[in-house]
Amino acid sequence: MAKSNKPIVWGLFAAGGTITAFLLPVVVLLTLFAALGMTPDLFTYEYLHAFAANWLGKLVIFGVIFLSLWHAAHRLRITMHDFGLRQDLWIATTVYVLAALGTIMTFFYLLRI
Amino acid sequence: MGEEMSSKPYIREISKTNWFYGQPRYMRYMAREVTCIFIFAYTFLLIWALRALANGPEAYQAFLAALNSPLGILFNLAVLVGVVYHSISWFSLTPQAMPLQRGEEFVPGNLIIGAHYGGWAVVSLIVLFLGV
Repeated sequence: MAKSNKPIVWGLFAAGGTITAFLLPVVVLLTLFAALGMTPDLFTYEYLHAFAANWLGKLVIFGVIFLSLWHAAHRLRITMHDFGLRQDLWIATTVYVLAALGTIMTFFYLLRI
Repeated sequence: MGEEMSSKPYIREISKTNWFYGQPRYMRYMAREVTCIFIFAYTFLLIWALRALANGPEAYQAFLAALNSPLGILFNLAVLVGVVYHSISWFSLTPQAMPLQRGEEFVPGNLIIGAHYGGWAVVSLIVLFLGV
């Protein structure tokens, strides 16, 4: 029987869509405060460093970033098709490589914290 | 004559690039899909913040200073609109994505959507409470 990678692709997409739906609006609101010059506690150096310094914090940050990237990359691939760009091989390669690069960068930056 | 007309396939020209334009249903679909661009871009802002965090307090202060600019405000405002639209459209699809059955009956869609909105409010309040 032919094996399909659809369940994994879709599962990660759905997990990313769910975690971003619950978490991102409030986190973006906090970075908007920071952009306005009213940096909230979470985005001060001490707080964020303390959060990212323990393995649980690292795991949370890594999970959120990895799933957000995967979700966005997969949906962007579909969206490009919907906008009439039909070079799926190139588009898929580009978006997944960007997501993979972001994930690898996240991994190494977290290791250095 | 009638025979000839019915055997003719019904073909309309549909644009590959703006097929959704002017159709509210398709416009909502595209708006929903386009939110991924905001999520993608914002994730790289978070990665930039992590890099600065790894490089030490001075690098992180430089990141905050760069963020504290008209462009930073505009970017975060645009992303905020995008991610809120993503949340609303994502939660509104949950009854179709994971229908719940209790006995013979399906749990009403509004109840499933409402539960997600409740969860969203709780998560947001916890992050605000801990993070502000």
